[in-house]
Amino acid sequence: MAIREYQNIFTQVQVQGTPEWGMDDKGQLLRERVGRPSYSTLVGWFGNAQIGPIYLGWTGVVSLVTGILWLNIIGLNMLAQVGWSIPEFIRQFFWLALEPPSPEYGLSMPPLDDGGWYIIASFFLLVSVMTWWLRTYLLAVEHKMGKHVAWAFLSAIWLFLVLGLFRPILMGSWSEAVPYGIFPHLDWTTAFSIRYGNLYYNPFHALSIVFLYGSVLLFCMHGGTILAVTRYGGDRELEQIVDRGTATERAALFWRWTMGFNATMEGIHRWAIWFAMLTPITGGIGILLTGTVVDNWFIWAQEHNFAPIYDGSFGYEDYTSYESFIGKEN
Amino acid sequence: MLPMWFNNWNRDHPTNVFGPGILVGVLGVAVITAILLITWGQPFATVSMQTGPRGTGMEVVEFESQIKRPDPTVEDYYTEEPYIPMTGEPLAKDIYENVQVLGDLTEDNFNRVMNAITQWVSPEQGCAYCHGDVDIEEYGNDDLYTKVVSRRMIQMTQAINENWDGHVNAVKQVGVNCYTCHRGQNVPSDIWFKVGAVNESASGWSAIQNRVTMISQSTSLPSDALEKYLLDGEQIVVHDLESRVAGGPASEDNLLPSVQDTERTYSLMNYFSNSLGVNCLLCHNSRAFYAAAGEVTPQWSTASLGILMVQELNNEYLVPLQDEYPEHRLGPVFGDAPKAACRTCHKGYQQPLQGLNMIADWPELASTEAPEYSQ
Repeated sequence: MAIREYQNIFTQVQVQGTPEWGMDDKGQLLRERVGRPSYSTLVGWFGNAQIGPIYLGWTGVVSLVTGILWLNIIGLNMLAQVGWSIPEFIRQFFWLALEPPSPEYGLSMPPLDDGGWYIIASFFLLVSVMTWWLRTYLLAVEHKMGKHVAWAFLSAIWLFLVLGLFRPILMGSWSEAVPYGIFPHLDWTTAFSIRYGNLYYNPFHALSIVFLYGSVLLFCMHGGTILAVTRYGGDRELEQIVDRGTATERAALFWRWTMGFNATMEGIHRWAIWFAMLTPITGGIGILLTGTVVDNWFIWAQEHNFAPIYDGSFGYEDYTSYESFIGKEN
Repeated sequence: MLPMWFNNWNRDHPTNVFGPGILVGVLGVAVITAILLITWGQPFATVSMQTGPRGTGMEVVEFESQIKRPDPTVEDYYTEEPYIPMTGEPLAKDIYENVQVLGDLTEDNFNRVMNAITQWVSPEQGCAYCHGDVDIEEYGNDDLYTKVVSRRMIQMTQAINENWDGHVNAVKQVGVNCYTCHRGQNVPSDIWFKVGAVNESASGWSAIQNRVTMISQSTSLPSDALEKYLLDGEQIVVHDLESRVAGGPASEDNLLPSVQDTERTYSLMNYFSNSLGVNCLLCHNSRAFYAAAGEVTPQWSTASLGILMVQELNNEYLVPLQDEYPEHRLGPVFGDAPKAACRTCHKGYQQPLQGLNMIADWPELASTEAPEYSQ
């Protein structure tokens, strides 16, 4: 009754030895230029046990510095809001936020205590995220890789920019941006949906949900399939793309028998990246249209005949009375 | 320990006992659970009150064990039938001094109402709570703030029953009397005060939200919802009622509701919901919140009247009493007069005191006119 290796939630094979130091034949390219990487068995359970070397570069430095500034501006504002009381900061942490400016300031620079700090923090976040994106692009260039990771990251950045930059500019007010806070950003999300007549009737929101849930399903199907054929070498996916072995045959046959169709070792990754990228792309379109083009999605949906119009003859008199609800009828 | 033949037999006949064991265990637990559910019933059974057309998910859901439990304050309610007056009986205003309200009552009924008010509002302190520890001849004095406030509260109660019939008698005759809010306490529970800015070093919208307060219902939504909507009378509006609206952004000439306004409204709606122990669907439909024709339930209209009523109660009765109160009755932040809202009466129930008729025995409190006693 031993737990099978492939059923384990942790990675079962980890390598610890001479560190990989670069891309020459022996993997020792950076040996004299960077420090010696370390190993962690714990980290090895989740991924590669080797930690480092990390390439910082100018994009890394700029991104980290601006990112830390963004985070600290938020934290210090929260701390100021509770009168510099650390216990109160911890107690109220999930409720606290750095809010965008009040609506009356439009796109002008508001006072620091009414969104000014928010604008400054957001500027640093913009720089931080964009330099981190540049980092993913430039490092892909250095490794002579495709730029897929950078483009995929950019699809997420698209949604981020729509929420915090493009849509507020189109709406003419920074007050439209999302607050930085745990509960407050969730409140914003609900209020945003309510303000524009229920976002569930926004077809791009619907598409985004389809791709999000689709991504989850695909990820699970793919991960499950590969783990299931690991015993036949199925985890060597790249080799299997060009040199199909019994692992691929079995995985393909399994899905073809199950649902009449199967992806390929290459194609499944194209499915995955497009489903994942289309989630924020469609979502961003939906957000950008909200309040700029469409002001009430429920009414819009009724006009386009995909939400029903109720004529008001609901027969309320036939519904449960309060007396029967509390068990006190007659 | 076990006999030799048993151990030998087991060694010679290796059998996987775990597979069948797990199978029998799982099936056994499932069967026993099913039997328990059928015989003893669902321990967390719920009941639903349907509020909209079938298939739209419109219902208010409660645990059966909770909804069937009567409001404990119903049992403590004191009531007494009126004495039918005889023609020509002298009235309280002729008998006692300084009777500004309830003067048209006969002596018996006047004392009956006075006694009831004592039961409802100051059962421990008795008459002295308003009249002071003095001889009955001096009961006409207005020395104590409690008496001045009580008089205004009696007028308020009469006005509610007379002018806000559409709210307090919306479904059937329920009405209000002192006990609806007081429930045996000198100061009703669930009154509210202004809290103002809840954050330091912040102004505008940043200052009035994102803190745990009673008024924000422990959410991070704005804490000034009751003040703005139930005292200042700001319009509660969230949606555009057309799919596409020209214009924006919001400005002083173009009063579009902002996302921030929506959050404040959401805060008020949380208060509403918790005050009545209901969800959104008692009043709103499950597809959109807005109140165009046919999109809301009849309860929405009752609640809307309730909003107007509370605005009037606060502005015409409760806030003007500001100068009468001693300091310890005033708000902690601004020293403002205590104010009322939904929960002050409802106390978490859809109908206060679960729909108990509070004016059946008390025609004196149901109208500003002289009471009419039916035979």
